Amino acid sequence: MNWFKLASPAAFYPFAGRLIPRFGLAALVLVLIGFDWGFFLTSDQLGGSNPQKEYYRIIFVHVPAAWMSMWLYLVLAAWSAIGLVFNTRLSFMMAKAVAPTGAIFTFLALWTGALWGRPSWGTYWDWDPRLTSELLLFFLYIGYIALHSAIDDTRRADRAAALLAIVGLVMVPVIFLSINCPDPTQCASLHQRSDPGSIHLSILIPMLSMTLGFWAYSFAAVFARLRTIILTREADSAWAREVIAQEART
Amino acid sequence: MFRVFYCVLARDITLAMRRRTDVLTTLFFFVIVVSLFPLGVGSEREQLRLLGPGVVWVAALLASMLALERLFAADYDDGTLEQLLLTGQPLAVLVLGKVVAHWLLTGLPLVLIAPLVAMQYHLSPPAIWVMMAALAIGTPVLSLIGAIGAALTLGLRGGGILLSLLILPLYVPVLVYGAGAVSVSAIDIADTEPYLSLLSAFLLGASLLAPLAAAAALRISLE
Repeated sequence: MNWFKLASPAAFYPFAGRLIPRFGLAALVLVLIGFDWGFFLTSDQLGGSNPQKEYYRIIFVHVPAAWMSMWLYLVLAAWSAIGLVFNTRLSFMMAKAVAPTGAIFTFLALWTGALWGRPSWGTYWDWDPRLTSELLLFFLYIGYIALHSAIDDTRRADRAAALLAIVGLVMVPVIFLSINCPDPTQCASLHQRSDPGSIHLSILIPMLSMTLGFWAYSFAAVFARLRTIILTREADSAWAREVIAQEART
Repeated sequence: MFRVFYCVLARDITLAMRRRTDVLTTLFFFVIVVSLFPLGVGSEREQLRLLGPGVVWVAALLASMLALERLFAADYDDGTLEQLLLTGQPLAVLVLGKVVAHWLLTGLPLVLIAPLVAMQYHLSPPAIWVMMAALAIGTPVLSLIGAIGAALTLGLRGGGILLSLLILPLYVPVLVYGAGAVSVSAIDIADTEPYLSLLSAFLLGASLLAPLAAAAALRISLE
């Protein structure tokens, strides 16, 4: 299979169409497994006598959403860079299609975090480093979408928004460190440091299942959005007209 | 290369000096925003002393951002910018010249007026010196990062609002350490050193990378 062939929008359009139901099904199955395991099978007594409060179970949505929000920004910046370097049309379309999904996951992470923070910290919002950097990540997504939609000329919009995404990527570590440690002599944070090894398996497995499910959902949603972008932009080409005519007949 | 830089710098400053009100508008915007806060939050001395550093920095952020629109706009309208792109000189150097001129006209006045507004917030004399130093190092970073946004939003409708949406999140590190330096100076003046060092590091990094990014953005906008 020649992968470079897929860089052409005309070739990628039917390919994405075939992949959407598969990723959609995978997302459904994985998310259902994650929900069922996390909400009903994971016991509230984990290692010791200290019972977990029921509200911690929002972790199965919160953490995967936060992971996806950061991962999708990397994907967005990577496709932007590929587009600027190789001048390929499809990579810009891909970057544009990723942005709304990333913004949605960032919002979901903030929202579930607020719902979780209320019972456990006693407040919906706190200027904790991770909360603040997630909020700024949300602003970066919104900036990308706003800049793209403010420019009428597609080529300029693609390239300007791509540059913004890359500038944002350079700034993300700086922003994160500056909020994480505003006082250079001491650092404090409400989120505890954690590594996957120290998480109990019956939390880790449903969490990973949810993450993979969210990932598969991202593929399906991005491809669906990508197909509309391709059709809109290639509306003048012969193959796109054929596709549109076919859709109209069925 | 230095001559090109100097030419652009001298030209921009001459142009601005012919219309001095533009420079003064930014300055008075800064003073007015800072003066409004005590009217809104109440004028107790202790409270103002705590709020002062943050308020002055946020006002400086807004003032420098509002002035950014003018960085390339006039040259874009009369076609000078296209000529600059065609000169064959490195565009990043030209951009750096324009940014330095812009900072001398909008950033430096803020630094110089800072002691006056700091007195409205009852800051102690050492804190005022720290604030001036932090503003002197921090505001050029704002101009440099802002140039990227100004170049990206060139000639767009609603450019000003869009610019703030793109640029303000990127200003956060400067705000955190700039206001942080002034806040800790109230406790111990020696504690400010790491803050000022980090701000200087931002300045070095930004003066290296931002002109390149802004030049790339100008090429995209004027294609």
